Amino acid sequence: MSRDTALVSTDWAEQNLDTPGLVFVEVDEDTTAYDGGHIPGAIKLDWKKDLQDPVRRDFVNQEQFAALLSERGISNDDTVILYGGNNNWFAAYAYWYFKLYGHEQVKLIDGGRKKWELDARPYTKDIPVREKTSYVAKAPDLSIRAFRDEVVAAIGVKNLVDVRSPDEFAGRLLAPAHLPQEQSQRGGHIPTAISVPWSKAANEDGTFKSDDELAKIYGEAGLDGSKDTIAYCRIGERSSHTWFVLRELLGQENVKNYDGSWTEYGSLIGVPIALGDEPGKA
Amino acid sequence: MTSPSNIAAGCAAPDQSAPIPASVDLHRETVLTGIVSNAEGEPVGGAYVRLLDSSGEFTAEVVSSPEGVFRFFAAPGSWTLRALSRSGNGEAVVDATVGLNEVGLTVNPA
Repeated sequence: MSRDTALVSTDWAEQNLDTPGLVFVEVDEDTTAYDGGHIPGAIKLDWKKDLQDPVRRDFVNQEQFAALLSERGISNDDTVILYGGNNNWFAAYAYWYFKLYGHEQVKLIDGGRKKWELDARPYTKDIPVREKTSYVAKAPDLSIRAFRDEVVAAIGVKNLVDVRSPDEFAGRLLAPAHLPQEQSQRGGHIPTAISVPWSKAANEDGTFKSDDELAKIYGEAGLDGSKDTIAYCRIGERSSHTWFVLRELLGQENVKNYDGSWTEYGSLIGVPIALGDEPGKA
Repeated sequence: MTSPSNIAAGCAAPDQSAPIPASVDLHRETVLTGIVSNAEGEPVGGAYVRLLDSSGEFTAEVVSSPEGVFRFFAAPGSWTLRALSRSGNGEAVVDATVGLNEVGLTVNPA
């Protein structure tokens, strides 16, 4: 994977709104932004309602994903162009789902909704009508998804990349600063994890930094290119953003997203936790 | 939404124009809030407001409400607020304490 195959610019997107075979998809946790105006022709996916299982704490399974895409009119042959708010966090999360369930052609709009807005590009409130399809999802590719036991076993062995803010890493905050701080879990980070906030990878306008800048950021933070990597955050969407950078832009192999992230790890009984700004010992 | 909000709540910014939830204890939380406005003093909705810590490191970002309102839950200390919008950008520094901290943020074309 590389920038050329995984990413498109807002300019390219605007020029290709009517290109056959492309499906533009806005993904957000709060879809009121979509309802108030979206990229012409784009459909929406709601991170909570559409992409999470309504009962179990997990995301949609293979059958649910296939049913969702069929209902929304996406076929296996379509090239899916994802974008969203929050600097593409949830779009990157959806990108990771599409890859997990084996979709061939999927790309992210560099900068997402923010870049589109700051470029002063057009919106519409028209909801496109797409015919239903018979989408076939593949079995989940677990080479890109990490579970908790694997994360505990990775302490001191693999690269663990904590992509939350420095204050969340240190245990001074339990959630990003735009959210209330009451949470059930303990604060801190997984011992030996390096702190590389997701935001290091993005410019102010939401676009990704250049490959050279990105390689330098993770290299200087201590990411060992010879080891496998697991990225995590609080609920797995900011770490999807970093997973996208490491695997899809920089082309690193064996990068997993731990979607359970801190809301799971910080609630586990008996697992080690490190406090403060340093990675800590295994 | 059927799952408990304290566990599975996402990281996206909540509605910026909504009242502060009753569960938020202003004796414990440090809330930074205010209105983004342009040089004419009109509110700017849809602005991207970024919270940077005392070292200039990105901490959080929200989109201002149609009335220009933004809100962060942070910690006591020095913070920089930076707004990006179609109408231009702007910045303000605030020394926050526990409770409600009101900050005005003006954007100007580059």
